[in-house]
Amino acid sequence: MSESMLSTKSGVDSRRSGAAVTSPSQAGGKPSGPAGRDRKSRGAEGARRHGTKGGKQGSNVLAHCVLSIGGLAMISPLLYQIVMSLSTNAEVQSTPPTLWPGVVQWSNFADVFTSMNFGSQLWVTVAITVVRVIGQVLLCSMAGYAFARMQFRFKGPILAIVLSIIMVPSQLFLIPQYQIIQNLGWLNSIAGIVAPGIFSAFGLFLMRQFFMGLPDELEDAARLDGANPFQIFFRVMLPLAANGLWALVIITVLWSWNDLLWPLVVTSTANAAPLSVGLSNLQGEHANNYPILMAASLMAMAPILIMFLLMQKRVMAGIGRSGLK
Amino acid sequence: MKAQTLTPASKSGRAAQATGERRKGKSKSVGWWPWLFVVPTVAGIGVFYLWPIVQTFYYSFTKWGVFGGTKFIGLDNYVRMFADSTIPQSILNTLIYTVVVLLGIPIAVILASLIERPGLRFAALYRTLYFIPYITMPAAVGIVWRLIYNGDFGPINWFLGLFGIQGPYWTSTPGFALLAVATVGLWMSLGFNLIIISAGLREIPRELFEAAEMDGASRVRQFFSITVPLLTPSIFFVTIVTVISGFQLFDLLYVMMGKANLAMPQTQSLVYIFYNQAFLQNDKGYAAAIGILILVIIALLTAFQFRIQKRWVNYV
Repeated sequence: MSESMLSTKSGVDSRRSGAAVTSPSQAGGKPSGPAGRDRKSRGAEGARRHGTKGGKQGSNVLAHCVLSIGGLAMISPLLYQIVMSLSTNAEVQSTPPTLWPGVVQWSNFADVFTSMNFGSQLWVTVAITVVRVIGQVLLCSMAGYAFARMQFRFKGPILAIVLSIIMVPSQLFLIPQYQIIQNLGWLNSIAGIVAPGIFSAFGLFLMRQFFMGLPDELEDAARLDGANPFQIFFRVMLPLAANGLWALVIITVLWSWNDLLWPLVVTSTANAAPLSVGLSNLQGEHANNYPILMAASLMAMAPILIMFLLMQKRVMAGIGRSGLK
Repeated sequence: MKAQTLTPASKSGRAAQATGERRKGKSKSVGWWPWLFVVPTVAGIGVFYLWPIVQTFYYSFTKWGVFGGTKFIGLDNYVRMFADSTIPQSILNTLIYTVVVLLGIPIAVILASLIERPGLRFAALYRTLYFIPYITMPAAVGIVWRLIYNGDFGPINWFLGLFGIQGPYWTSTPGFALLAVATVGLWMSLGFNLIIISAGLREIPRELFEAAEMDGASRVRQFFSITVPLLTPSIFFVTIVTVISGFQLFDLLYVMMGKANLAMPQTQSLVYIFYNQAFLQNDKGYAAAIGILILVIIALLTAFQFRIQKRWVNYV
């Protein structure tokens, strides 16, 4: 039991504390900002420490200096991008860099839609992300559940083979995957971009770990009530694995939205490509219209940025748990 | 890793017990249910991942005709690979890139130990700032960085110009281009390293620091004698992840430099050569051999790291 606790620690934590995201007590599941209660308790601890030793205030000032300068450096490319997306092309190319445009050029954002296939590429990106998330969450949670809590023949060997795939670099799948999509006539289609990504050995493993950490009692009770495995899974177990599902959703959204190599391989027309491919191909054609490039790349990043800012705790917890990009 | 290999055994023991009980109580209707849950995913993984590995392995021994059709050529692709001077160059490039990105780990350890100080205000804000680059689209930030690195009017060269330094054309000069790309890689990965290391830090019992403080150990001493040794499992983990993803370098390189860049041959990564051979030159047999090489290198590096971990990783 101890080792299964170890491997599904976050799952166990989240069950104990109800909502992992808002609970301040546990370490693993909550890498981001402290909730109000938490801040108070930390503050108290801090004060106690200050009481025991006087000189701490000064060193925290130093910490704030280092952290804020570093933090500013981290987001300065983003700030630069925002300013440039609102400038004229001449302002972008002026040598003391423009700190703020003379006249804010909101029209750059509208021009993105007319000067490139931004609309259709945005649609492709949204579509592949939605389809992939729904498909992967459904399939991986079902399979993960079976591998965690059901008995069937060859379970061990199948799991071992599936898990070994996680370690294999994607270049080993790419050529045959391309052939499959080509033979299906799915090049330049949403189905073609999405198909391989719906299946995920990593997602299966992640969900298995979560289901292994859940208690037996509820499942047994449902079984005694005469529920079939489907009903047990969808009504009882899936809601309990909400934290694991969130982690999988977040990781899949990030992968799908940002992925470049696979969509680059299976799309050859600008209309069928997602934003990542569209932006990387744009360099040649619009290489000199920098404000448009900045506005386009800003809009391509924006949905993910907004998602992150709205649910930081879940995003950081999800990525912290899964460990891999 | 340990947990992963141990769990199936203990789990199956418990589950066997459960099925025994079930047999007694209900019927054997469990029989085909698991397959309903498992088959869609396992079949998909088989078709899109498992069989492709076998095929790629086979392709690495073939030559692809211009009009389709493959011919078995034995080890020719591998012989050609060892004679190809761009291969060692690209391995070196990938290693340099990885080493630069690895520098982000000590930086993350220092930043995490500052952010996780008890009672530090704005800790959540700092985490947000450092994490943002990690989630942004590489294709989008690549375009931004390309402008930042612009040789004529980019802010970096303007800044260097203030000190009378003539900055290079960063993304199109061999040597500088790799450094420019690797710096962006470091910038992007820092947030991830920080999250993992912060989580590791929070697991270190507070009492250790309090005891050390009573014994009069300075903050710096505490950092090197408590924080760093107890963080080694987290550091080991982010090292493994960084090396593996470093050898997957493609997106940033492709976007920041572009296919037509004349500095590309001296800067390209193994994955870029793979992409170029498979999908631009349509030499899929040779590309498959390069794919196998990538697998072998990553496997060797990971195995090596697991071997030497005993010397420096402290498991409590």
